[in-house]
Amino acid sequence: MSPLSEFLAMGGYALFVWPAMAMVAVVLGGLLFESLRQLRSAEADLAAVEDRARNGSRR
Amino acid sequence: MIDLATFANPARFSRIAGRVFPWAVGATAVLMAAGLYFALFASPPDYQQGESVRIMYVHVPAAWMALSSYTLLAVASAVALVWRHLLADVVARAMAPIGACFTFLCLVTGSLWGKPMWGTFWVWDARLTSVLVLFFLYLGYLALQNAFDDPARGLRASAILALVGFVNVPIIKFSVDWWNTLHQPASIKLGGPAIDASMLVPLILMTLAFEAYFVTVLLLRMRTELVRGKLRSARLRAAEADEYLPNIGKPA
Amino acid sequence: MKPKRRRLYLLLAGLGGLGVATALVLKAFNDNLVFFYSPTDLKTKTIPPERRMRLGGLVETGSVTREGATIRFRITDGANAVPVVYTGILPDLFREGQGVVTEGALATDGAFRAASVLAKHDENYMPREVADALKAAGQWKGASAKP
Repeated sequence: MSPLSEFLAMGGYALFVWPAMAMVAVVLGGLLFESLRQLRSAEADLAAVEDRARNGSRR
Repeated sequence: MIDLATFANPARFSRIAGRVFPWAVGATAVLMAAGLYFALFASPPDYQQGESVRIMYVHVPAAWMALSSYTLLAVASAVALVWRHLLADVVARAMAPIGACFTFLCLVTGSLWGKPMWGTFWVWDARLTSVLVLFFLYLGYLALQNAFDDPARGLRASAILALVGFVNVPIIKFSVDWWNTLHQPASIKLGGPAIDASMLVPLILMTLAFEAYFVTVLLLRMRTELVRGKLRSARLRAAEADEYLPNIGKPA
Repeated sequence: MKPKRRRLYLLLAGLGGLGVATALVLKAFNDNLVFFYSPTDLKTKTIPPERRMRLGGLVETGSVTREGATIRFRITDGANAVPVVYTGILPDLFREGQGVVTEGALATDGAFRAASVLAKHDENYMPREVADALKAAGQWKGASAKP
């Protein structure tokens, strides 16, 4: 068995070790992504409202 | 509702957070890389569990984060209830989803370890059940926050839930000592860990990595909460300016 | 009293009451929170035969025999031992001297018919070489005698 496939086999526990690691990656990555998305959208909304307020006052 | 003194704090917080954030991001990246390297490559298999011990390096840190996040959530909720400190609300709100994610990871990775080692994905012993209750407490907290039209009432209700749920934290911690459970007792305790040094390294590195990740995402989410707060008051002002509302409609 | 003070006292009193209530509830349900019974419990608590329950302890060294898919072994807690009969797949951690939790019922012949066998892990983590070195040096404390 090559070193790589031996590593991937995890001594017969591949079916448990890799899904566990994948879950960690998906959940932590997903939360980070979602948090960033929420910040961007909140900032965009705020910029839009402030922009409208400034233009409105000039009117 | 909010006086000038409490506005000063979020402003100071934003300044400090801006300075800490890049370091938190860097620390997360470095510690995650080092932790995963040790967890997956540079540590030996266990004499009993073989390679499946590697699940432990994400399971145990996730469990610690789940518990410490909840403790912090309870403290922030108490401060918010008693002193009505604006930042405490922001911290609690921003933190709950992170804690829920760590609790979920703790349950899933534990289950994936339990199947080959114990012979089952799940048992209803005191430890596993109390951690499941912790997960539902997080979910309840998040649901209750948005259950009210008035965000202030939602925060108060969820803060009370967080405090009531805190009794679960010592139950989780000591469940393995008070009752006999399928789950093993703690390996890291006063009087020295029951873990070999070569396996302690990945465990500590992954814990630090999770802590750094927690700080990173917490700062991000707190900033989001503060921007949303500004957005709410900007919208109120805009509505007043547009419709020439009399001053009585204003939140005092 | 200032409202802040009042809220703080109210909160502390509430938490104190909650803590006491929880402690009392846990005390009352103590028996139901036990995940498994030990062989000694089985002797002293007079559990009726055929009642479904869990039995936990260490697999007695040298007690495991196999006939086809049926495994017979004894579960011990040091003081008492109960013979167990089980047919099925064993978890990877099942071995002599290791903690197990079995679920099943006590048959009228005094043997425990297990429907499932779960292995219990102890809190010790070490590489094989360290375990072997400890055994060689006579420092081995065994698979954590606590079941």
